Amino acid sequence: MHNHPVFTDNDPQAELSTLNLGPTHPATHGVFQNVLQLDGERIVSGVSTIGYIHRAFEKIAEHRPFYQITPLTDRLNYCSSPINNMGWHMTVEKMLDIKTPKRVDYMRIILMELARIADHLICNSILGVDTGALTGFTYIIQSREDIYEIYEEICGTRLTTNVGRIGGFERNFNQIAFQKIRKFLKTYPLVLKEFESLFNRNRIFIDRTKDIGAVSAETALSYSWTGPILRAAGVDYDVRAMNPYSSYDDLEFEVPVGENGDVYSRFLVRNEEMWQSLRLIEQAMAKIEKEPADIFHADVPDFYLPPKEEVYNNMEALIYHFKIVMGEIPTPHTEVYHSVEGANGELGFYLVNDGGRSPYRLHFRRPSFINYQMYAPMSRGMLLSDAIINMSSLNVIAGELDA
Amino acid sequence: MGKLTNEELLNKVNEKFHDKVTTIGEPFGLLTFETSKNEIIEVLAWFKDEPELQFIFLTDITAIHYPELEKPFGVIYHLHSLVHNVRVRIKVFLEAHDVHIPSATALWNGANWMERETYDFFGIIFDGHPDLRRILNVDDMEAFPMRKEHPLEDPNRVDKKDYFFGR
Repeated sequence: MHNHPVFTDNDPQAELSTLNLGPTHPATHGVFQNVLQLDGERIVSGVSTIGYIHRAFEKIAEHRPFYQITPLTDRLNYCSSPINNMGWHMTVEKMLDIKTPKRVDYMRIILMELARIADHLICNSILGVDTGALTGFTYIIQSREDIYEIYEEICGTRLTTNVGRIGGFERNFNQIAFQKIRKFLKTYPLVLKEFESLFNRNRIFIDRTKDIGAVSAETALSYSWTGPILRAAGVDYDVRAMNPYSSYDDLEFEVPVGENGDVYSRFLVRNEEMWQSLRLIEQAMAKIEKEPADIFHADVPDFYLPPKEEVYNNMEALIYHFKIVMGEIPTPHTEVYHSVEGANGELGFYLVNDGGRSPYRLHFRRPSFINYQMYAPMSRGMLLSDAIINMSSLNVIAGELDA
Repeated sequence: MGKLTNEELLNKVNEKFHDKVTTIGEPFGLLTFETSKNEIIEVLAWFKDEPELQFIFLTDITAIHYPELEKPFGVIYHLHSLVHNVRVRIKVFLEAHDVHIPSATALWNGANWMERETYDFFGIIFDGHPDLRRILNVDDMEAFPMRKEHPLEDPNRVDKKDYFFGR
């Protein structure tokens, strides 16, 4: 579609203009800078500059005990921080060989899938906004508020959740949380259905998104793409299905796959994933009923902080509290790679431990960082307005891009 | 297709490379190899192209710094065979005065930014990389900040010193 030559040497009027798209531009939804060479409205070439909000998390992590690294992971993909938190806990649990109870696993699944819905609905509705359709966004944003209220009930915060601890959760889900989740499961399908009917067969939306930024499966794999954008290109790689963690293998769900990897199929894949997430939450809610209701963490006193009142009244709890906080508990001398299916791809944690209180080296495999590197090459030949919605559909989150 | 076990994989690697590739271990089921920088591209290409393995997916490239070792810099590759659902980790250790290693960008486009990030933080120079510049840090920075000689805080700071517990 856009393959015709954008300018020729013998055209006297061919003069390129340079456009700084970003670092703060309302259409990029985050701190992204692309210096574009434009021929009229068509992009001839582009260079991405990243790192504007680099916070040296990997370096900071080398100086923090394991449980204090959770707040750092919040700030990676802050649209779905519970997934990052859980991924980190599971990495440490894998290293320490901690087996979490089934109820904890299902609680985690509920929370992670809620986070996935929150992330996907933002991405898809903002994609609509970028194509000029504000209505869908104004409807569906209420559902994100519903999810954030569930977060508040579970952990007290909304965006940077810092939820869960090594071995489980800091507190049990309360009854209001369960009520809110049940209410969400009732209301959200209607909202999502309405959202889909606004977009899925909307002529204007399809014209704007179909065949834009189409990527073949080979190219996507060569660029190490993961997540919905890889699945939209036709590769059914989902960490939840391939390397199930946290009892995902107990539940049934499908991995939606797109056809031609364009913006439209990414949109459809994300919508379908939201339906699958709802399915997963429903199953997890049913399973959780059968588990003992008072279990919300594994029995690992060496790593799970005791409740504060016990610390003040019980000698043993005080000792464990002290040992955990001061990092006096030996950890194995090993290395571990664990990955979870983040909302925009495989979020991996590569942890090298030397037995101390903090990691010797911690590397985050951040899907946004790896997915985004194709953005400038794939924008070549696109219209500027198409490149904007292409960026939107990649769901690159600045916090995760820059770590 | 049948699942490839680590044992089969190990046999294949030993058969192909003999002593050029050594096995470090198998922490948490992830087979870890070590090779030298002269062999690394050959090894990666073999893992990627061998029809029975098909480690076509480059999960990650990163590095690690052990200042006390003779070869202090390790470059670490994580590969994933999506067909067999097996992961493998390959390490190459480099000497401090010669931090050059061939680039894997010819094999995977995705290696480009991963190598730039590794260069940015550890100063590993990937020979043959098309555009080896800093990526997250500012261009005129001189240090490679993830190296262990750079402390997170000013080492002369005393207000946080805990004399009782020695840290």
